[in-house]
Amino acid sequence: MSDTHAQTVAFVRDTMLPAAPPPAQQAGAVRWLRENLFSGPVNTVLTLLGLAIIWFLYVAFGDWFAHSVWNADSLPECRDIIAQTWGEGARGACFAVIRERWNQYVFGFYPPELYWRPVMTFGLLMVALMPVLFGASLSIRRIVLSATVALTLLAMIALGAPIVWLVFAVAIMAFAFYASETEITRLLPFSALFPLLGVWLLWGGSLWGPIFVLVGPVLGWITWRVLSPRSAMLATIMAALVTVVFWLFVAGDAAGDAQNLLPMGIPAVASSSFGGFLLSITIGVAGIALSLPLGIVLALARRSDMFLITTLAVVFIEFIRGVPLITLLFVASLLLNYFLPPGTSFDIILRVIIMVTVFAAAYMAEVIRGGLAALPKGQYEAADALGLDYWKAQRLIVLPQALKISIPGIVSTFIGMFKDTTLVTFVGLYDPLKSMSDAVRASTSWKGIYWEPYIFVGFIFFLICFGMSRYSMYLERRLQRGHR
Amino acid sequence: MKKSVFLGTAAAATLIAGMGVAQEGSTLAQVQERDELNCGVNTGLVGFAAPDANGNWTGFDVALCRAVAAAVLSDSSKVKFVPTTGQTRFTALSSGEVDVLARNSTWTYSRDTDLKLDFAGVNYYDGQGFMVRKDLGVTSAKELDGATICIQTGTTTELNLADYFRANQMDYTPVNIDSNAEGEQQYMAGACDAYTTDASGLAATRAAFADPENHIILPEIISKEPLGPAVRHGDNNWGDIVGWTLNALVAAEEYGVTSKNIEELSKSSNNPEVQRLLGSTDELGAMLGLDAEWAKRAIQAGGNYGEIFAANIGEQTPIGLARGLNAQWTQGGLLYAPPFR
Repeated sequence: MSDTHAQTVAFVRDTMLPAAPPPAQQAGAVRWLRENLFSGPVNTVLTLLGLAIIWFLYVAFGDWFAHSVWNADSLPECRDIIAQTWGEGARGACFAVIRERWNQYVFGFYPPELYWRPVMTFGLLMVALMPVLFGASLSIRRIVLSATVALTLLAMIALGAPIVWLVFAVAIMAFAFYASETEITRLLPFSALFPLLGVWLLWGGSLWGPIFVLVGPVLGWITWRVLSPRSAMLATIMAALVTVVFWLFVAGDAAGDAQNLLPMGIPAVASSSFGGFLLSITIGVAGIALSLPLGIVLALARRSDMFLITTLAVVFIEFIRGVPLITLLFVASLLLNYFLPPGTSFDIILRVIIMVTVFAAAYMAEVIRGGLAALPKGQYEAADALGLDYWKAQRLIVLPQALKISIPGIVSTFIGMFKDTTLVTFVGLYDPLKSMSDAVRASTSWKGIYWEPYIFVGFIFFLICFGMSRYSMYLERRLQRGHR
Repeated sequence: MKKSVFLGTAAAATLIAGMGVAQEGSTLAQVQERDELNCGVNTGLVGFAAPDANGNWTGFDVALCRAVAAAVLSDSSKVKFVPTTGQTRFTALSSGEVDVLARNSTWTYSRDTDLKLDFAGVNYYDGQGFMVRKDLGVTSAKELDGATICIQTGTTTELNLADYFRANQMDYTPVNIDSNAEGEQQYMAGACDAYTTDASGLAATRAAFADPENHIILPEIISKEPLGPAVRHGDNNWGDIVGWTLNALVAAEEYGVTSKNIEELSKSSNNPEVQRLLGSTDELGAMLGLDAEWAKRAIQAGGNYGEIFAANIGEQTPIGLARGLNAQWTQGGLLYAPPFR
């Protein structure tokens, strides 16, 4: 370096002092405690209060949990085991009820020999969701797909699924792996077809039903192709009309005739056999999948410039939001029976799904409207300046940003809706929380059991809702662009 | 207030339904065409209707549904059990969702007239009682002045309780509960001094306690709760079928016809009443629009009334109900089947 100070300074140290250890109070656990738990008087008091609550919970429930019994066939047997193991007067939880009624909590009254069908449906649901939920990250896809495949196939084998269906599941999952490794969007056609496949697998019956449901949109598409050179508007309207008319008046009879000519199908399962988490998840997934698009349409309609559309959207949203969900469920289960012609059987689960969807969509619309309102006006103007028409502007510029802003609200609505599925208990369906637990309590072996079913069902609900919440946080992080 | 509003809506709804149903024709024909009996039952009540771990329904009310199915469809397994709640039960019946409602429903004036139901008979004579802790030192319901009482809302028991305390000029504090399970929990936790519901329910609840010996059921029964199967008003033939199926079960017990000796008796019995009941002579079934052996099949389904009682709620079961009022008239009870002739 330079010699400027070589003569003026007597000694220049040329090595660094060794780093001294920090003071004891500034290191390790002590520091962490001081910083996080005892950083000031308020924090200290809160910490002590928290510790007191934990201690209280431990004293109140610790022995109850510690004395859990998992192997017993009735409540009196449970009590005997507790009395023998931990002495007379000891108390304990009897989670044996969960072990004994596990199938009922998961599948309701679904025929036991067909348990593999809901399991496979759920596995394929995860596969179908892959391009939608985890389109961006190959490593996450690998983990989730592997876990799904392993669990689904193991469960299917354990439940005695026929070889044909195992092969079917393996084929779809192999394709999913291939698509995941190469180009995940190849899986999208499967995702689009999954609703039909899932409904058919769960409820069973003739294969011709779903096939003819598919024919509707195909006819609609042909109509559109024929008419679109003349007028795009006319083509769209006619295509929709053809599809709906085909569904309403032709599909049912045609499927019946085809079934008579060439019977193809799997054993049908009535809606009354659904129960437990199978019911909650069926209603929840259907509600989530349907309420998001419906909510987007409603939100756009409410912000529309066209008076009629705005009015209809406002009336719909405000009416649905102003009415408790239970009222809608009662309407679905009781009043509809009177209005429909006698003899029509309109599936009760379908009715409930429609009501839950409509309810969630009204809330969803407001959440998304919040996202739309949060976008700076410049974004809309920029879209116009680029010469995009309304739908392109919404699809390419407005909605991606608005939906990203709305993610926490959207997921909140989903979580709330999923938990609301337990309200179906009031229309005589077996939700896991109340109806199923009451049915279990109505057997002489388990009468008198109270907390254990609630704790178990609550825990499962927590797992699912917490999963959704974590996913929404992941999605927010992934879509984070910062304000550059 | 809540109840009257509900009854009002239910009544209005039933009225609309009544008009629709009247044109629908015979319930019997519908059931036979469908080849399945839709039977409304409780979503779960110990001893009366409950699904087991495999989803098979058993219970006292369930057995009646099976007997009707056996009589009408010749197969006691062709029943679809439709679980109904306290709110949905009567609308489910009047809207045609179920053909018969065997859901421990009390036969009352307003339900019979205003709600346009027909009760086909009584399959269990119940009554409302009280359960208290033994160390409370109470031996009679008359000593419950000032007590806190756990009571299920929206039921006839709630109204009976108010009537009883007013008639005896006593005060009480109600603790409203929603379900039997919650009631037990509140009572065990000491939230109320006494728990009141139907005596059959009290017995079942007490039997499920860890310490049944520390609780007593007070001797007073403060209400009449005749529980019976209900059908829609207006289809008298269907009402007759349900009612006489129940009568056949009761009569079978009276004449000593059981599921074990029924085959033998139908061939060799000398009792003309038994012969008519089992279709060995006369064609009683034809008068109902059924075949001659309808009653025989109904009895074979789950046994006679006494057998059904013993298997589901009798003294050998954990519920341990005595026959009491539900004994045959010859044994000092109220069961009295009209003659089969």
